[in-house]
Amino acid sequence: MPEEKTNTFSALTLWVRWVNIGFIYLTCTVSVAVALWVLAIISVLIHDAQAAFHHFGMAFLMSSSWNPLGNNGQGQYGILPQIYGTLVSSWLALLIAVPLGFGVAIFLTERWPLVPPGLQTLLAFLVELLAAIPSVVYGIWGIYVLIPALVPLTMWLHVHFSGIGIFSQPPTRPSMLVAGLVLAIMILPTVTSLAREALAAVPPDLRQGSMALGATRWETLIHIILPTARSGLVGSIMLGLARAMGETMAVAMVIGNSNRINISILQPASTIPSLLANQFAEASGLQVSALMYAAFILLIITLLTNIFAEVLIGRH
Amino acid sequence: MTAYSMDNSLGGEADVILTSHVKGFYYGPFLALRNIEMKIFKNRITAFIGPSGCGKSTLLRCFNRMNDFVKGARLEGQILFNGRNIFDASVDAVTLRRQIGMVFQKPNPFAKTIYENIAYGPRINGYKGDMDELVEQSLRRAALWDEVKDKLKKPGTSLSGGQQQRLCIARAIAVQPEVVLMDEPCSALDPISTRRIEDLMQELRDLYTIVIVTHNMQQASRVSDMTAFFNVEMREGSRTGELVEYAPTTTIFQSPQKEATQAYVGGRFG
Repeated sequence: MPEEKTNTFSALTLWVRWVNIGFIYLTCTVSVAVALWVLAIISVLIHDAQAAFHHFGMAFLMSSSWNPLGNNGQGQYGILPQIYGTLVSSWLALLIAVPLGFGVAIFLTERWPLVPPGLQTLLAFLVELLAAIPSVVYGIWGIYVLIPALVPLTMWLHVHFSGIGIFSQPPTRPSMLVAGLVLAIMILPTVTSLAREALAAVPPDLRQGSMALGATRWETLIHIILPTARSGLVGSIMLGLARAMGETMAVAMVIGNSNRINISILQPASTIPSLLANQFAEASGLQVSALMYAAFILLIITLLTNIFAEVLIGRH
Repeated sequence: MTAYSMDNSLGGEADVILTSHVKGFYYGPFLALRNIEMKIFKNRITAFIGPSGCGKSTLLRCFNRMNDFVKGARLEGQILFNGRNIFDASVDAVTLRRQIGMVFQKPNPFAKTIYENIAYGPRINGYKGDMDELVEQSLRRAALWDEVKDKLKKPGTSLSGGQQQRLCIARAIAVQPEVVLMDEPCSALDPISTRRIEDLMQELRDLYTIVIVTHNMQQASRVSDMTAFFNVEMREGSRTGELVEYAPTTTIFQSPQKEATQAYVGGRFG
Protein backbone atom coordinates (compact mmCIF):
# COMPACT_ATOMS: atom_id res chain seq x y z
CA MET A 1 0.00 0.00 0.00
CA PRO A 2 2.62 2.63 0.87
CA GLU A 3 4.40 1.83 -2.44
CA GLU A 4 1.26 2.53 -4.45
CA LYS A 5 0.87 5.84 -2.74
CA THR A 6 4.45 6.78 -3.52
CA ASN A 7 3.87 5.95 -7.18
CA THR A 8 0.82 8.13 -7.67
CA PHE A 9 2.60 10.82 -5.72
CA SER A 10 5.64 10.86 -8.01
CA ALA A 11 3.49 10.71 -11.15
CA LEU A 12 1.64 13.76 -9.94
CA THR A 13 4.89 15.51 -9.14
CA LEU A 14 6.18 14.89 -12.66
CA TRP A 15 3.01 16.28 -14.20
CA VAL A 16 3.04 19.28 -11.89
CA ARG A 17 6.69 19.86 -12.64
CA TRP A 18 6.05 19.97 -16.39
CA VAL A 19 3.15 22.32 -15.96
CA ASN A 20 5.34 24.49 -13.76
CA ILE A 21 8.15 24.63 -16.27
CA GLY A 22 5.74 25.30 -19.12
CA PHE A 23 4.08 28.06 -17.16
CA ILE A 24 7.37 29.73 -16.32
CA TYR A 25 8.45 29.67 -19.99
CA LEU A 26 5.07 30.98 -21.13
CA THR A 27 5.00 33.92 -18.72
CA CYS A 28 8.66 34.67 -19.44
CA THR A 29 8.04 34.73 -23.21
CA VAL A 30 5.04 37.00 -22.85
CA SER A 31 6.92 39.43 -20.59
CA VAL A 32 9.90 39.59 -22.94
CA ALA A 33 7.57 40.09 -25.92
CA VAL A 34 5.87 43.05 -24.25
CA ALA A 35 9.22 44.63 -23.35
CA LEU A 36 10.44 44.15 -26.92
CA TRP A 37 7.26 45.70 -28.21
CA VAL A 38 7.88 48.86 -26.21
CA LEU A 39 11.46 49.01 -27.51
CA ALA A 40 10.18 48.43 -31.06
CA ILE A 41 7.77 51.35 -30.83
CA ILE A 42 10.50 53.62 -29.51
CA SER A 43 12.98 52.57 -32.18
CA VAL A 44 10.43 53.07 -34.98
CA LEU A 45 9.73 56.56 -33.60
CA ILE A 46 13.43 57.37 -33.54
CA HIS A 47 13.97 55.89 -36.99
CA ASP A 48 11.11 57.76 -38.62
CA ALA A 49 12.08 60.99 -36.88
CA GLN A 50 15.65 60.84 -38.24
CA ALA A 51 14.97 63.28 -41.10
CA ALA A 52 13.50 65.86 -38.71
CA PHE A 53 16.36 65.31 -36.23
CA HIS A 54 18.84 66.17 -38.98
CA HIS A 55 16.90 69.10 -40.35
CA PHE A 56 15.97 70.89 -37.15
CA GLY A 57 18.07 69.44 -34.36
CA MET A 58 17.40 71.00 -30.96
CA ALA A 59 15.94 74.09 -32.64
CA PHE A 60 12.79 71.99 -33.09
CA LEU A 61 12.16 72.41 -29.37
CA MET A 62 12.76 76.16 -29.42
CA SER A 63 10.86 77.22 -32.50
CA SER A 64 7.19 78.03 -32.75
CA SER A 65 6.62 77.84 -36.46
CA TRP A 66 4.67 74.97 -37.96
CA ASN A 67 4.69 75.72 -41.64
CA PRO A 68 4.72 72.97 -44.29
CA LEU A 69 5.46 75.59 -46.96
CA GLY A 70 8.22 77.42 -45.10
CA ASN A 71 11.96 77.11 -45.68
CA ASN A 72 11.56 77.26 -49.50
CA GLY A 73 8.82 74.65 -49.57
CA GLN A 74 10.77 72.09 -47.53
CA GLY A 75 8.74 72.81 -44.44
CA GLN A 76 9.66 74.58 -41.19
CA TYR A 77 8.68 72.92 -37.93
CA GLY A 78 9.02 73.60 -34.23
CA ILE A 79 6.91 72.55 -31.23
CA LEU A 80 7.69 75.04 -28.49
CA PRO A 81 4.00 76.14 -28.18
CA GLN A 82 2.96 72.49 -28.01
CA ILE A 83 5.48 71.66 -25.29
CA TYR A 84 4.31 74.72 -23.38
CA GLY A 85 0.65 73.82 -23.95
CA THR A 86 1.18 70.19 -22.87
CA LEU A 87 2.90 71.22 -19.65
CA VAL A 88 0.56 74.08 -18.77
CA SER A 89 -2.70 72.26 -19.53
CA SER A 90 -1.63 69.16 -17.59
CA TRP A 91 -0.39 71.13 -14.57
CA LEU A 92 -3.57 73.20 -14.66
CA ALA A 93 -5.50 69.92 -14.58
CA LEU A 94 -3.42 68.72 -11.61
CA LEU A 95 -3.96 71.98 -9.78
CA ILE A 96 -7.71 71.34 -9.89
CA ALA A 97 -7.84 67.54 -9.74
CA VAL A 98 -5.36 66.90 -6.90
CA PRO A 99 -7.08 68.90 -4.13
CA LEU A 100 -10.44 67.65 -5.34
CA GLY A 101 -9.29 64.03 -5.69
CA PHE A 102 -7.48 64.00 -2.34
CA GLY A 103 -10.50 65.55 -0.69
CA VAL A 104 -12.76 62.86 -2.11
CA ALA A 105 -10.26 60.13 -1.20
CA ILE A 106 -10.04 61.39 2.38
CA PHE A 107 -13.80 61.56 2.66
CA LEU A 108 -14.11 58.02 1.32
CA THR A 109 -11.48 56.48 3.62
CA GLU A 110 -12.12 58.25 6.92
CA ARG A 111 -14.85 56.87 9.12
CA TRP A 112 -17.34 59.59 9.96
CA PRO A 113 -19.83 59.33 12.79
CA LEU A 114 -22.79 60.43 10.65
CA VAL A 115 -21.94 59.03 7.21
CA PRO A 116 -23.21 55.53 6.46
CA PRO A 117 -20.47 53.35 4.89
CA GLY A 118 -22.89 52.47 2.07
CA LEU A 119 -22.86 56.09 0.91
CA GLN A 120 -19.06 56.05 0.79
CA THR A 121 -19.06 52.90 -1.34
CA LEU A 122 -21.64 54.42 -3.69
CA LEU A 123 -19.64 57.64 -4.06
CA ALA A 124 -16.42 55.73 -4.70
CA PHE A 125 -18.19 53.79 -7.43
CA LEU A 126 -19.60 56.96 -9.04
CA VAL A 127 -16.21 58.68 -9.07
CA GLU A 128 -14.63 55.64 -10.73
CA LEU A 129 -17.43 55.70 -13.29
CA LEU A 130 -15.90 58.95 -14.59
CA ALA A 131 -13.07 56.82 -15.97
CA ALA A 132 -15.54 54.79 -18.02
CA ILE A 133 -16.64 57.81 -20.08
CA PRO A 134 -14.87 57.84 -23.47
CA SER A 135 -12.54 60.71 -24.23
CA VAL A 136 -14.57 61.96 -27.20
CA VAL A 137 -17.65 62.24 -24.99
CA TYR A 138 -15.72 64.58 -22.71
CA GLY A 139 -14.78 66.57 -25.84
CA ILE A 140 -18.39 66.89 -26.99
CA TRP A 141 -19.47 67.81 -23.48
CA GLY A 142 -16.67 70.38 -23.33
CA ILE A 143 -17.75 72.01 -26.59
CA TYR A 144 -21.50 72.07 -26.10
CA VAL A 145 -21.89 72.34 -22.33
CA LEU A 146 -18.75 73.49 -20.56
CA ILE A 147 -17.62 76.20 -23.00
CA PRO A 148 -20.98 78.08 -23.10
CA ALA A 149 -21.35 77.68 -19.34
CA LEU A 150 -17.88 79.16 -18.76
CA VAL A 151 -18.43 82.30 -20.81
CA PRO A 152 -19.72 84.48 -17.94
CA LEU A 153 -16.94 83.26 -15.64
CA THR A 154 -14.13 83.85 -18.14
CA MET A 155 -15.52 87.29 -18.98
CA TRP A 156 -15.68 88.15 -15.32
CA LEU A 157 -12.12 86.90 -14.73
CA HIS A 158 -10.85 88.96 -17.63
CA VAL A 159 -12.71 92.11 -16.64
CA HIS A 160 -11.68 92.00 -12.99
CA PHE A 161 -8.24 90.41 -13.13
CA SER A 162 -6.84 91.48 -16.48
CA GLY A 163 -3.81 92.77 -14.58
CA ILE A 164 -2.83 89.16 -13.87
CA GLY A 165 -1.01 87.62 -16.84
CA ILE A 166 -3.04 84.43 -17.06
CA PHE A 167 -6.27 86.44 -17.43
CA SER A 168 -4.75 89.28 -19.42
CA GLN A 169 -6.39 88.69 -22.81
CA PRO A 170 -10.05 88.55 -23.76
CA PRO A 171 -11.50 85.04 -23.49
CA THR A 172 -12.11 82.90 -26.55
CA ARG A 173 -14.50 79.97 -26.43
CA PRO A 174 -12.00 77.11 -26.81
CA SER A 175 -9.02 77.81 -24.58
CA MET A 176 -6.28 76.48 -22.36
CA LEU A 177 -8.55 76.93 -19.35
CA VAL A 178 -11.29 74.76 -20.86
CA ALA A 179 -8.72 72.10 -21.75
CA GLY A 180 -7.35 72.20 -18.20
CA LEU A 181 -10.83 71.83 -16.73
CA VAL A 182 -11.80 68.94 -19.01
CA LEU A 183 -8.48 67.23 -18.24
CA ALA A 184 -9.03 67.77 -14.53
CA ILE A 185 -12.34 65.92 -14.68
CA MET A 186 -10.78 63.17 -16.79
CA ILE A 187 -7.89 62.51 -14.41
CA LEU A 188 -10.03 62.87 -11.28
CA PRO A 189 -10.91 59.15 -11.10
CA THR A 190 -7.23 58.18 -11.53
CA VAL A 191 -6.10 60.53 -8.79
CA THR A 192 -9.01 59.67 -6.50
CA SER A 193 -8.86 55.91 -6.73
CA LEU A 194 -5.08 55.71 -6.34
CA ALA A 195 -5.13 58.18 -3.46
CA ARG A 196 -7.97 56.24 -1.86
CA GLU A 197 -6.02 53.00 -2.10
CA ALA A 198 -2.95 54.67 -0.61
CA LEU A 199 -4.96 56.06 2.32
CA ALA A 200 -6.84 52.83 2.90
CA ALA A 201 -3.51 50.96 3.08
CA VAL A 202 -2.41 52.96 6.14
CA PRO A 203 -2.66 50.52 9.07
CA PRO A 204 -5.56 51.38 11.41
CA ASP A 205 -3.12 50.86 14.33
CA LEU A 206 -1.37 54.08 13.42
CA ARG A 207 -4.59 56.05 13.48
CA GLN A 208 -5.48 54.57 16.88
CA GLY A 209 -1.96 55.22 18.17
CA SER A 210 -2.24 58.85 17.19
CA MET A 211 -5.73 59.31 18.61
CA ALA A 212 -4.60 57.69 21.87
CA LEU A 213 -1.96 60.41 22.23
CA GLY A 214 -4.70 63.02 22.26
CA ALA A 215 -4.50 63.95 18.60
CA THR A 216 -7.62 65.20 16.86
CA ARG A 217 -8.86 63.57 13.67
CA TRP A 218 -7.40 66.47 11.71
CA GLU A 219 -3.96 66.24 13.37
CA THR A 220 -3.93 62.50 12.79
CA LEU A 221 -4.75 62.99 9.13
CA ILE A 222 -2.12 65.67 8.52
CA HIS A 223 0.73 64.28 10.63
CA ILE A 224 0.22 60.52 10.48
CA ILE A 225 -2.09 59.33 7.70
CA LEU A 226 -0.95 61.55 4.83
CA PRO A 227 2.82 61.15 5.48
CA THR A 228 2.42 57.38 5.77
CA ALA A 229 0.52 57.25 2.49
CA ARG A 230 2.99 59.66 0.90
CA SER A 231 4.46 57.46 -1.80
CA GLY A 232 1.05 56.27 -2.95
CA LEU A 233 -0.23 59.84 -3.03
CA VAL A 234 2.74 61.01 -5.10
CA GLY A 235 2.10 58.05 -7.40
CA SER A 236 -1.52 59.12 -7.85
CA ILE A 237 -0.42 62.65 -8.80
CA MET A 238 2.16 61.39 -11.26
CA LEU A 239 -0.19 58.95 -12.94
CA GLY A 240 -2.77 61.70 -13.21
CA LEU A 241 -0.14 63.98 -14.72
CA ALA A 242 1.00 61.34 -17.21
CA ARG A 243 -2.59 60.73 -18.21
CA ALA A 244 -3.25 64.47 -18.66
CA MET A 245 -0.15 64.92 -20.79
CA GLY A 246 -1.04 62.06 -23.07
CA GLU A 247 -4.76 62.81 -23.42
CA THR A 248 -5.56 63.61 -27.02
CA MET A 249 -9.12 63.64 -28.31
CA ALA A 250 -10.90 65.73 -25.71
CA VAL A 251 -8.07 68.26 -25.62
CA ALA A 252 -7.92 68.57 -29.42
CA MET A 253 -11.65 69.34 -29.35
CA VAL A 254 -11.61 72.12 -26.72
CA ILE A 255 -8.17 73.75 -26.72
CA GLY A 256 -8.51 75.72 -29.95
CA ASN A 257 -5.27 74.40 -31.51
CA SER A 258 -3.51 77.70 -31.80
CA ASN A 259 0.14 77.48 -32.74
CA ARG A 260 1.50 80.14 -30.43
CA ILE A 261 2.36 80.67 -26.83
CA ASN A 262 -0.04 82.90 -25.01
CA ILE A 263 0.42 83.60 -21.34
CA SER A 264 -3.34 84.12 -20.95
CA ILE A 265 -5.11 80.83 -20.21
CA LEU A 266 -8.31 82.36 -21.58
CA GLN A 267 -6.78 82.10 -25.06
CA PRO A 268 -6.48 79.06 -27.33
CA ALA A 269 -3.39 76.87 -27.21
CA SER A 270 -2.15 73.52 -28.44
CA THR A 271 -0.56 70.39 -27.02
CA ILE A 272 1.68 67.76 -28.57
CA PRO A 273 -1.11 65.14 -28.68
CA SER A 274 -3.59 67.63 -30.15
CA LEU A 275 -0.99 68.64 -32.77
CA LEU A 276 -0.50 65.00 -33.75
CA ALA A 277 -4.25 64.38 -33.94
CA ASN A 278 -4.80 67.44 -36.09
CA GLN A 279 -1.88 67.04 -38.47
CA PHE A 280 -1.33 63.39 -39.26
CA ALA A 281 -4.10 63.14 -41.87
CA GLU A 282 -2.57 65.67 -44.28
CA ALA A 283 1.06 65.05 -43.45
CA SER A 284 3.65 63.70 -45.85
CA GLY A 285 7.41 63.67 -46.21
CA LEU A 286 9.31 65.78 -43.70
CA GLN A 287 6.09 66.69 -41.89
CA VAL A 288 5.57 63.03 -40.94
CA SER A 289 9.10 62.95 -39.63
CA ALA A 290 8.44 66.15 -37.66
CA LEU A 291 5.32 64.57 -36.13
CA MET A 292 7.41 61.50 -35.19
CA TYR A 293 9.93 63.85 -33.57
CA ALA A 294 7.10 65.53 -31.65
CA ALA A 295 5.79 62.13 -30.53
CA PHE A 296 9.29 61.20 -29.39
CA ILE A 297 9.51 64.41 -27.34
CA LEU A 298 6.14 63.62 -25.72
CA LEU A 299 7.47 60.20 -24.83
CA ILE A 300 10.59 61.74 -23.29
CA ILE A 301 8.50 64.20 -21.25
CA THR A 302 6.29 61.44 -19.80
CA LEU A 303 9.36 59.29 -19.18
CA LEU A 304 11.05 62.13 -17.28
CA THR A 305 7.84 62.63 -15.29
CA ASN A 306 7.87 58.99 -14.26
CA ILE A 307 11.56 59.07 -13.34
CA PHE A 308 10.96 62.23 -11.34
CA ALA A 309 8.11 60.46 -9.55
CA GLU A 310 10.33 57.47 -8.76
CA VAL A 311 12.98 59.75 -7.31
CA LEU A 312 10.38 61.63 -5.29
CA ILE A 313 8.90 58.43 -3.88
CA GLY A 314 12.24 56.75 -3.30
CA ARG A 315 13.87 59.64 -1.52
CA HIS A 316 12.30 58.92 1.88
CA MET B 1 -18.07 43.07 45.36
CA THR B 2 -16.17 44.28 48.37
CA ALA B 3 -15.53 47.98 48.40
CA TYR B 4 -11.87 48.48 49.15
CA SER B 5 -11.15 51.48 51.31
CA MET B 6 -7.69 50.36 50.40
CA ASP B 7 -5.43 47.67 51.57
CA ASN B 8 -3.52 46.54 48.55
CA SER B 9 -0.39 44.47 48.47
CA LEU B 10 1.84 47.50 48.87
CA GLY B 11 0.10 48.43 52.07
CA GLY B 12 -0.98 51.89 53.07
CA GLU B 13 -3.66 54.14 51.67
CA ALA B 14 -3.87 54.85 47.95
CA ASP B 15 -5.91 57.43 46.14
CA VAL B 16 -8.55 56.38 43.69
CA ILE B 17 -7.90 57.72 40.18
CA LEU B 18 -10.53 55.87 38.11
CA THR B 19 -13.89 54.55 39.19
CA SER B 20 -16.07 52.40 36.99
CA HIS B 21 -19.83 52.44 37.41
CA VAL B 22 -20.48 50.75 34.07
CA LYS B 23 -24.05 49.38 34.04
CA GLY B 24 -23.78 48.03 30.53
CA PHE B 25 -21.63 48.37 27.45
CA TYR B 26 -23.10 47.47 24.07
CA TYR B 27 -21.71 46.79 20.61
CA GLY B 28 -24.89 47.42 18.66
CA PRO B 29 -27.45 45.05 20.20
CA PHE B 30 -24.83 42.92 22.00
CA LEU B 31 -24.23 43.42 25.66
CA ALA B 32 -20.45 43.13 26.02
CA LEU B 33 -20.05 44.20 29.65
CA ARG B 34 -22.37 44.52 32.59
CA ASN B 35 -22.19 45.83 36.13
CA ILE B 36 -18.55 46.70 36.40
CA GLU B 37 -18.05 48.35 39.78
CA MET B 38 -14.40 48.94 40.51
CA LYS B 39 -11.81 51.48 41.60
CA ILE B 40 -8.37 51.87 40.06
CA PHE B 41 -5.77 53.13 42.50
CA LYS B 42 -3.22 55.79 41.78
CA ASN B 43 0.41 54.71 41.29
CA ARG B 44 -0.54 51.06 41.35
CA ILE B 45 -0.39 48.47 38.63
CA THR B 46 -3.77 46.90 38.06
CA ALA B 47 -4.02 43.77 35.93
CA PHE B 48 -7.16 42.65 34.10
CA ILE B 49 -7.22 38.90 33.53
CA GLY B 50 -9.83 36.50 32.20
CA PRO B 51 -10.69 34.28 29.26
CA SER B 52 -11.02 35.62 25.69
CA GLY B 53 -14.14 37.65 25.08
CA CYS B 54 -14.60 38.55 28.75
CA GLY B 55 -14.55 42.27 27.93
CA LYS B 56 -11.33 43.23 29.70
CA SER B 57 -9.95 45.06 26.65
CA THR B 58 -13.35 46.65 26.07
CA LEU B 59 -13.35 48.05 29.59
CA LEU B 60 -9.77 49.28 29.15
CA ARG B 61 -10.80 51.13 25.99
CA CYS B 62 -13.68 52.75 27.85
CA PHE B 63 -11.20 54.46 30.18
CA ASN B 64 -9.74 56.63 27.39
CA ARG B 65 -12.88 56.55 25.25
CA MET B 66 -11.21 54.72 22.38
CA ASN B 67 -14.51 52.93 21.91
CA ASP B 68 -15.91 56.22 20.60
CA PHE B 69 -14.53 55.17 17.21
CA VAL B 70 -16.41 51.86 17.18
CA LYS B 71 -19.70 52.17 15.33
CA GLY B 72 -22.67 51.24 17.49
CA ALA B 73 -20.68 51.20 20.73
CA ARG B 74 -22.74 52.52 23.64
CA LEU B 75 -22.15 52.76 27.34
CA GLU B 76 -24.64 52.95 30.16
CA GLY B 77 -23.33 54.21 33.46
CA GLN B 78 -20.35 56.30 34.39
CA ILE B 79 -16.59 56.20 34.59
CA LEU B 80 -15.06 58.75 36.91
CA PHE B 81 -11.56 60.06 36.31
CA ASN B 82 -10.36 62.08 39.28
CA GLY B 83 -13.98 62.29 40.34
CA ARG B 84 -15.36 63.52 37.02
CA ASN B 85 -17.52 61.50 34.65
CA ILE B 86 -15.55 61.11 31.43
CA PHE B 87 -18.75 60.70 29.40
CA ASP B 88 -20.00 64.06 30.57
CA ALA B 89 -20.86 66.44 27.72
CA SER B 90 -18.29 68.90 29.05
CA VAL B 91 -15.44 66.38 28.78
CA ASP B 92 -13.45 66.47 25.58
CA ALA B 93 -12.27 62.98 24.60
CA VAL B 94 -9.16 64.41 22.93
CA THR B 95 -8.08 66.13 26.16
CA LEU B 96 -8.95 63.02 28.15
CA ARG B 97 -6.60 60.92 26.00
CA ARG B 98 -3.75 63.29 26.76
CA GLN B 99 -4.15 62.36 30.41
CA ILE B 100 -4.85 58.67 29.88
CA GLY B 101 -2.34 57.20 27.44
CA MET B 102 -2.43 53.81 25.79
CA VAL B 103 -0.02 51.13 24.61
CA PHE B 104 -1.43 48.63 22.13
CA GLN B 105 -1.15 44.90 21.65
CA LYS B 106 0.94 45.19 18.50
CA PRO B 107 3.76 47.75 18.53
CA ASN B 108 2.60 50.56 16.23
CA PRO B 109 5.40 53.10 15.76
CA PHE B 110 4.60 55.85 13.27
CA ALA B 111 6.36 56.00 9.91
CA LYS B 112 8.66 58.67 11.34
CA THR B 113 12.07 58.80 12.93
CA ILE B 114 12.56 57.55 16.49
CA TYR B 115 12.86 61.16 17.62
CA GLU B 116 9.71 62.25 15.82
CA ASN B 117 7.76 59.28 17.16
CA ILE B 118 8.32 60.69 20.66
CA ALA B 119 8.07 64.38 19.76
CA TYR B 120 4.76 64.04 17.89
CA GLY B 121 2.53 63.73 20.98
CA PRO B 122 4.04 66.64 22.95
CA ARG B 123 4.09 68.79 19.83
CA ILE B 124 0.39 68.40 19.02
CA ASN B 125 -0.31 69.03 22.68
CA GLY B 126 1.48 72.37 22.49
CA TYR B 127 4.55 71.43 24.55
CA LYS B 128 6.75 74.52 24.84
CA GLY B 129 9.77 73.19 26.73
CA ASP B 130 13.02 71.68 25.46
CA MET B 131 11.97 68.92 23.06
CA ASP B 132 15.40 67.22 22.96
CA GLU B 133 15.34 66.94 26.71
CA LEU B 134 11.81 65.54 26.77
CA VAL B 135 12.64 62.97 24.08
CA GLU B 136 15.71 61.85 26.01
CA GLN B 137 13.83 61.72 29.30
CA SER B 138 10.97 59.69 27.78
CA LEU B 139 13.35 57.25 26.12
CA ARG B 140 15.31 56.88 29.36
CA ARG B 141 12.15 56.19 31.31
CA ALA B 142 11.22 53.58 28.73
CA ALA B 143 14.69 52.02 29.14
CA LEU B 144 15.41 52.53 25.46
CA TRP B 145 17.75 55.52 25.46
CA ASP B 146 21.04 53.62 25.48
CA GLU B 147 19.98 51.48 22.55
CA VAL B 148 18.76 54.31 20.31
CA LYS B 149 20.66 57.45 21.36
CA ASP B 150 22.96 57.21 18.32
CA LYS B 151 20.19 56.59 15.80
CA LEU B 152 17.41 58.99 16.70
CA LYS B 153 17.06 59.89 13.02
CA LYS B 154 16.44 56.28 12.00
CA PRO B 155 12.84 55.23 11.36
CA GLY B 156 10.99 53.86 14.38
CA THR B 157 10.04 50.82 12.34
CA SER B 158 13.73 49.84 12.00
CA LEU B 159 13.79 48.72 15.65
CA SER B 160 13.12 45.18 16.86
CA GLY B 161 9.62 44.27 18.10
CA GLY B 162 10.55 44.66 21.77
CA GLN B 163 12.29 47.98 21.12
CA GLN B 164 9.30 49.18 19.10
CA GLN B 165 7.01 48.44 22.02
CA ARG B 166 9.28 50.35 24.41
CA LEU B 167 9.27 53.18 21.85
CA CYS B 168 5.47 53.14 22.03
CA ILE B 169 5.66 53.28 25.82
CA ALA B 170 8.11 56.19 25.58
CA ARG B 171 5.74 57.87 23.12
CA ALA B 172 2.82 57.43 25.52
CA ILE B 173 4.66 58.81 28.55
CA ALA B 174 6.13 61.73 26.60
CA VAL B 175 2.70 63.41 26.79
CA GLN B 176 2.99 63.11 30.58
CA PRO B 177 -0.26 61.27 31.20
CA GLU B 178 -1.52 60.28 34.62
CA VAL B 179 -2.61 56.83 33.56
CA VAL B 180 -1.08 54.43 31.03
CA LEU B 181 -3.40 51.74 29.71
CA MET B 182 -1.66 48.68 28.29
CA ASP B 183 -3.64 46.30 26.13
CA GLU B 184 -1.69 43.02 26.16
CA PRO B 185 1.55 44.91 25.52
CA CYS B 186 3.74 41.80 25.51
CA SER B 187 1.62 39.37 23.55
CA ALA B 188 3.61 39.95 20.34
CA LEU B 189 7.01 39.85 22.06
CA ASP B 190 9.59 37.21 22.94
CA PRO B 191 10.24 36.30 26.61
CA ILE B 192 13.32 38.50 26.97
CA SER B 193 11.56 41.60 25.60
CA THR B 194 8.57 40.75 27.77
CA ARG B 195 10.78 40.66 30.85
CA ARG B 196 12.26 44.06 30.01
CA ILE B 197 8.83 45.59 29.68
CA GLU B 198 7.72 44.04 32.95
CA ASP B 199 10.80 45.52 34.70
CA LEU B 200 10.03 48.82 33.06
CA MET B 201 6.49 48.80 34.43
CA GLN B 202 7.88 48.46 37.96
CA GLU B 203 10.02 51.54 37.40
CA LEU B 204 7.14 53.52 35.97
CA ARG B 205 4.79 52.73 38.82
CA ASP B 206 5.96 55.67 40.93
CA LEU B 207 5.18 58.13 38.16
CA TYR B 208 2.06 56.71 36.53
CA THR B 209 -0.94 54.58 37.21
CA ILE B 210 -0.80 51.50 35.00
CA VAL B 211 -3.70 49.30 33.96
CA ILE B 212 -2.66 46.24 32.00
CA VAL B 213 -4.77 43.67 30.21
CA THR B 214 -2.97 40.35 29.97
CA HIS B 215 -3.67 36.79 28.93
CA ASN B 216 -0.62 35.71 30.80
CA MET B 217 -1.41 34.92 34.42
CA GLN B 218 2.23 34.67 35.42
CA GLN B 219 2.65 38.17 34.09
CA ALA B 220 -0.26 39.44 36.13
CA SER B 221 1.10 37.84 39.29
CA ARG B 222 4.61 39.14 38.63
CA VAL B 223 3.85 42.75 37.81
CA SER B 224 0.58 43.83 39.34
CA ASP B 225 -0.51 45.11 42.73
CA MET B 226 -4.21 44.59 42.10
CA THR B 227 -5.85 42.00 39.89
CA ALA B 228 -9.33 41.97 38.44
CA PHE B 229 -10.67 38.67 37.15
CA PHE B 230 -13.34 38.88 34.45
CA ASN B 231 -15.45 36.04 33.13
CA VAL B 232 -17.97 35.48 30.34
CA GLU B 233 -21.64 34.74 30.96
CA MET B 234 -24.50 34.35 28.51
CA ARG B 235 -26.81 37.34 29.02
CA GLU B 236 -29.66 38.45 26.77
CA GLY B 237 -28.36 36.09 24.10
CA SER B 238 -24.86 37.50 23.96
CA ARG B 239 -21.54 36.70 25.57
CA THR B 240 -21.24 39.27 28.27
CA GLY B 241 -18.21 40.09 30.40
CA GLU B 242 -18.55 40.46 34.14
CA LEU B 243 -16.19 41.34 36.92
CA VAL B 244 -15.96 38.25 39.11
CA GLU B 245 -13.37 39.22 41.65
CA TYR B 246 -11.14 42.22 42.26
CA ALA B 247 -8.56 42.17 45.01
CA PRO B 248 -4.86 42.55 45.74
CA THR B 249 -2.91 40.29 43.40
CA THR B 250 -1.67 38.03 46.19
CA THR B 251 -5.25 37.38 47.26
CA ILE B 252 -6.40 36.57 43.73
CA PHE B 253 -3.57 34.11 43.16
CA GLN B 254 -3.26 32.59 46.64
CA SER B 255 -6.67 32.71 48.23
CA PRO B 256 -9.34 33.68 45.73
CA GLN B 257 -12.83 33.94 47.17
CA LYS B 258 -14.80 32.89 44.08
CA GLU B 259 -14.80 29.42 42.64
CA ALA B 260 -14.44 30.68 39.04
CA THR B 261 -11.34 32.66 40.00
CA GLN B 262 -9.88 29.60 41.66
CA ALA B 263 -10.54 27.52 38.58
CA TYR B 264 -9.05 30.12 36.25
CA VAL B 265 -5.88 30.93 38.16
CA GLY B 266 -5.47 27.23 38.90
CA GLY B 267 -5.36 26.64 35.16
CA ARG B 268 -8.57 24.59 35.00
CA PHE B 269 -10.10 26.73 32.24
CA GLY B 270 -9.39 29.78 30.14
